[in-house]
Amino acid sequence: MKIHLNRAHLHALYRQMLRIRRFEAKCVELYQAQKIRGFLHLYDGEEAVAVGVMGALGPRDAVVATYREHGHALAHGVAMNAILAEMFGKLEGCCRGRGGSMHIFDRGRRFFGGNAIVGGGLPLAAGIALADQRLRPGAITACFFGEGAVGEGAFHETMNLATLWRLPLLFVCENNLYAMGVPLQDSESETDIWRKAQAYRMAAEQVDGMDPVQVEAAAQRAVEHVRAGKGPYFLECRTYRFRAHSMFDTQAYRTRDEIEGWKQRDPIGRLRAWMAGNHQLTVDEAAAIEATVAAEIEAAVAFAEAGTLEAIDDLERFVLMDEVVQEVAP
Amino acid sequence: MTLTYREACKQAIRDALLADPRCFVMGEDVGKYGGCYAVTKGLLEEFGPQRIVDTPLAENGFTGLGIGAALAGLRPIVEIMTCNFSLLALDQIMNNAATLPHMTGGQFAVPLVIRMATGGGRQLAAQHSHSLEGWYAHIPGLKVLAPGTVEDARWMLAAALADPNPVLIFEHIVLYNTEGELDPAVTAVDIRHAKVRRPGGDLSLVTYGNSLPKCLAAAETLAAEGVDAEVIDLRVLRPLDMATVIASVARTRRVVIVDEGWKSGSISAEIAARLAEDALYELDAPVRRVCSREVPVPYAAHLEEAVLPRVDEIVATARSLLAPR
Repeated sequence: MKIHLNRAHLHALYRQMLRIRRFEAKCVELYQAQKIRGFLHLYDGEEAVAVGVMGALGPRDAVVATYREHGHALAHGVAMNAILAEMFGKLEGCCRGRGGSMHIFDRGRRFFGGNAIVGGGLPLAAGIALADQRLRPGAITACFFGEGAVGEGAFHETMNLATLWRLPLLFVCENNLYAMGVPLQDSESETDIWRKAQAYRMAAEQVDGMDPVQVEAAAQRAVEHVRAGKGPYFLECRTYRFRAHSMFDTQAYRTRDEIEGWKQRDPIGRLRAWMAGNHQLTVDEAAAIEATVAAEIEAAVAFAEAGTLEAIDDLERFVLMDEVVQEVAP
Repeated sequence: MTLTYREACKQAIRDALLADPRCFVMGEDVGKYGGCYAVTKGLLEEFGPQRIVDTPLAENGFTGLGIGAALAGLRPIVEIMTCNFSLLALDQIMNNAATLPHMTGGQFAVPLVIRMATGGGRQLAAQHSHSLEGWYAHIPGLKVLAPGTVEDARWMLAAALADPNPVLIFEHIVLYNTEGELDPAVTAVDIRHAKVRRPGGDLSLVTYGNSLPKCLAAAETLAAEGVDAEVIDLRVLRPLDMATVIASVARTRRVVIVDEGWKSGSISAEIAARLAEDALYELDAPVRRVCSREVPVPYAAHLEEAVLPRVDEIVATARSLLAPR
């Protein structure tokens, strides 16, 4: 499997990662301004994983993500306006302001959250994959989770079922080395997470999650395997969270040196440097990309600010549904 | 036509599989074994392994898988062997099935049915005998059904599958072997209303599930003493049809609630509270309850019998409301 590293594709990878990075920075600002409340989990440092994997998916494919999912949602095509309005608690948000940062959903994009129960999305992803196997042959589901989820029973139950039933499911473990504040070696007896897949006879590999090109190449191998009906595939992406776990975290569990060391491997900075050094990105082009991203974010902020609040009279709407919402066509 | 409750459950599943190719049954031992309580016996042979799916022992995993499948267009019927085991799937039921439609602003429905066995009376001890339907009835976003008759066992499933919401059906283990008459004129039931199973004017016995036959038996004993008891079968524990209960109480002015769950924080407590809120002045006597004793259900027959609601207990409680003061 070869990735065509042409200029346009490199620019697309770079732009997508930068969108996420700048979006998250704006979220911090908006959090401090108390426009966004609740828990807020930022994706800085891990952008190459979502961007690399989504690059291998198509519009028929489904995504299940975690509570640190702004990046996944943006990379899978969920509108930034709807995401930010959701975090503002506005009716124009993708979930009418009912879900917030941890629960971004978009039926049209087949983006199934946004799950804030660690491991809770894995069985759901298997069920979506089962439905696709029967109703939408060729469509696959990518399920993102952190290495913390690997301790949950739901992980092992889902891994077993996925292989048994040859589900079209791509497991993407974002191993950022800390389950909140618990280091990998304190939570897992086997710290090479991809090896766990072997016990379930699942094709698996470990990849440098700080490199979007490597992630995308691995994801394309994985997607080809899954789409061909060969069963699930497991990608362990080694990555690192640059920011705190959430907005309430003193990071007593890791050193500043360690964080700075990982920042040397920043996927965005490294790609930009590589492109600049190989005549793939001019100063003007870099500035133009920054400007485009900044404009999109400013527009999203304006959209969210202008949003309205759901009427309290509608509070009980959708506790029970009146009908099954139109499903995405096969 | 006479039918067992078990056979009624099976015919309902068979109908569902014939009616909708998106429908399938999934659970532990539903296939080759034929179901822990033999409800699905023979269906694997008829429908094959795509429609009758044996799962590993992974309640949280396969229940969540059912929720995902429902989100993406299938119509799963998940079987959980007993409601005690459903606690292993509680995360998926509560945090996903019950939550997703509302939390996503109505983007997703979860048209899922979960069947499980409930209740005591077969000496299966404390990890197979509890009645947890009242717990589930606490949760917004779920519908909770408790068929107490062969007719409901036969027809509730179709209504549950036609509903766009997650519906939990609690089948009582003692009822599986009971027989009942099926009216050929009835081919559907609603899952919105409680039902008067025996009209009467002197007091109301409000109940569901396997306590229904006990209440009907108690009503016969009371009738021999000249007391005319009305028996209300709740059928649906969430949403509760309090209108039917209150209409009955308004006529009889006395009520005994009979619930195989524990008394504290139970569905009987909820009904009593709502009567206190909305029908206090209809009552001529305090609300009384007959519930299971507050212990884990024990194995020994005499102990188990002492724990579960009994006919003589229901009769005595009813008499206490009618005795001159």
